[in-house]
Amino acid sequence: MNKNSRVGKHTAKLLMASAMALTAFSGAALAAGELNLYNWSNYFAPELLELYEKETGTKVKVDSFASEEDLLAKLQAGGGGYDVIFPGTTTLGVMVEKGMLAKIDVNQMENFKNLLPAFTTIAGDENRDYSAPYMWGTTGFTYDPEMVPGGKLEESWKEIFEPSDELKGNIAMLNEMSDVWNAAAYYTGVSKCTEDPAEAQKILDVLMAQKPHVKLYSNDGTIDRMIAGEVAVHMQWNGAAHRVKAKKPNAVYVYPKEGTTFWTDVIAVPKDAPNLEEAKKFVNWMMSPEVAAIASNYTGYSNAVAGSGEFLKDDLKADPAVNMPEDYNERLRAYEACSPASKDLREKVWTKLKS
Amino acid sequence: MTRAGKNTLFRVLLIGPALLAITVFMIVPLGLMAYISFRGRDYSGGVLWDQFSTEAYVRLFFERELDGTLALNFNYMIIILRSVWLSFLTMVISLAVGLPVAMFMATRDAKWKAVLVFMVTLPFWTNLLVRNYAWILLLRDHGTINSVLLWLGIISEPLPLLHNAFAVAVGLTYSFLPFMVLPIYASLEKIDLRLVEASFDLYANRWQTIRRVILPLAYPGIVAGCVLVFVPALGAYITPELLGGGKTLMIGNLIGFQFGAARNWPFGAALGLFLLALVLVSLGLYARRYRGELEGSQ
Repeated sequence: MNKNSRVGKHTAKLLMASAMALTAFSGAALAAGELNLYNWSNYFAPELLELYEKETGTKVKVDSFASEEDLLAKLQAGGGGYDVIFPGTTTLGVMVEKGMLAKIDVNQMENFKNLLPAFTTIAGDENRDYSAPYMWGTTGFTYDPEMVPGGKLEESWKEIFEPSDELKGNIAMLNEMSDVWNAAAYYTGVSKCTEDPAEAQKILDVLMAQKPHVKLYSNDGTIDRMIAGEVAVHMQWNGAAHRVKAKKPNAVYVYPKEGTTFWTDVIAVPKDAPNLEEAKKFVNWMMSPEVAAIASNYTGYSNAVAGSGEFLKDDLKADPAVNMPEDYNERLRAYEACSPASKDLREKVWTKLKS
Repeated sequence: MTRAGKNTLFRVLLIGPALLAITVFMIVPLGLMAYISFRGRDYSGGVLWDQFSTEAYVRLFFERELDGTLALNFNYMIIILRSVWLSFLTMVISLAVGLPVAMFMATRDAKWKAVLVFMVTLPFWTNLLVRNYAWILLLRDHGTINSVLLWLGIISEPLPLLHNAFAVAVGLTYSFLPFMVLPIYASLEKIDLRLVEASFDLYANRWQTIRRVILPLAYPGIVAGCVLVFVPALGAYITPELLGGGKTLMIGNLIGFQFGAARNWPFGAALGLFLLALVLVSLGLYARRYRGELEGSQ
């Protein structure tokens, strides 16, 4: 009941907001347009589609891609008629560099002031000329207190890279080159964009020493594996950790003190978007707190809009894995675009680790 | 137009569609792959089309030191050799299991044969991914096999069955076993059982009968089965990823990695061609070695 009434209040607020929006943009609203989004599947709240149509009269449709390579390939092949796309940071950098995006001056938008400070800039689009943040998340690790000695682990990558005897063979890693490399770089104190083979060797040494104690490397089924108690510790993305907690409320998600990588997915507009003006309005709309909260409630990931916290579902609000405590801010490490030489080293280390 | 000319035209028209399909679906993609393997690498994914480079092939065997000199690099060779070894192992186990099964099937009466063939092909109705996940459920620490063994008191600690080379071999054998059983069954089914009777009449024992009569007659099926198991096992991608726990790569995963996270398309293409060459060479050797016997048995 409580939840229902909260939703009711929420809806009322949104309706008010929409009424205001309607008066403000009545001209645009009458020219009922169309907007085509291109996003990961299950990564956009259906109720936002309806809400936007109700507010502006614009019909919104979503297509989904299975990988960012698909997104890139489709845009390179000539757009596909999309107005708004949702790439990750790496892909954003490529798109800006290749001139594939429309300069929509996100930094000039009305709702830009709502963004959390860490997200007013991003590698590849430092001035936020092209992109607004959508969802973000971190790569840390999750453990089950009942399966670790003493019921508590230090908030350090040490627990996973140099596990205590009880945890040996009881650890799972993500099978993601950049996440594993980054974590090992933070732990060894090496720059993650290093071009020095000796430093890369240090990272390899840590990973090779850890490998015999790793049960498996996998990106799939990380949630089930923790719930079934197959491993005590799992390197994990925070959204997955949140879903582990739904079944295992005691599970703890750690933001390691040496450094915790965070990723950001962004909202951008392709250069040849058919409905450019409409797309800009949509990007601005996505940066309002209520809308961002609805988006988060659906995806289970954090958004970058200040003031959205109060509109979050209770279980998201209460979970430090999603609603990060502010004192962890300094542990966050943003994506950096590394040089080809550095990428080569990273690949070499990964191949050696797996050969 | 002469009669002969008309005939030639007719033949060309008949072969045309097949030729076109082979050109469009095989030669063009292969040519494209070969072309890409000699192009420059675009670090953000894709290929620098206007740049010629042999770097992808150099990379197969050497790594570049900082000063530009080349040093031998065995990482990729280790992965390739492991793939060959695991595929070979898969082939041998499949043969050891598949041959008796095929013999059993071929000696039932017609009604049973149909049922048995159906049962062998049944797994194909299920997606490969699903079948591999099923093995995870069977092999994992708290999975079916370990639970039963623990319950029976045969073991006191779960056996490490999953996430190792053993699990990969089991998964590959399971996936490709029907490819071994069916061709052998097809050639055994045609055997005239009177030959077996004759062999016994001539005082051959069971082992001699199998070795001197049945096996030579089953040879075409065995060769076909071995090829059909070895080749796809060499390119396996899903099974090592899921059952091997991502700890060691097979060549299929290595290729996938180049097109995905590593964003090195030319090298991925070169690896693909290398795999193709490996398969063709081993098939060629096989054909040479057994040509006489194959022809003799037909």
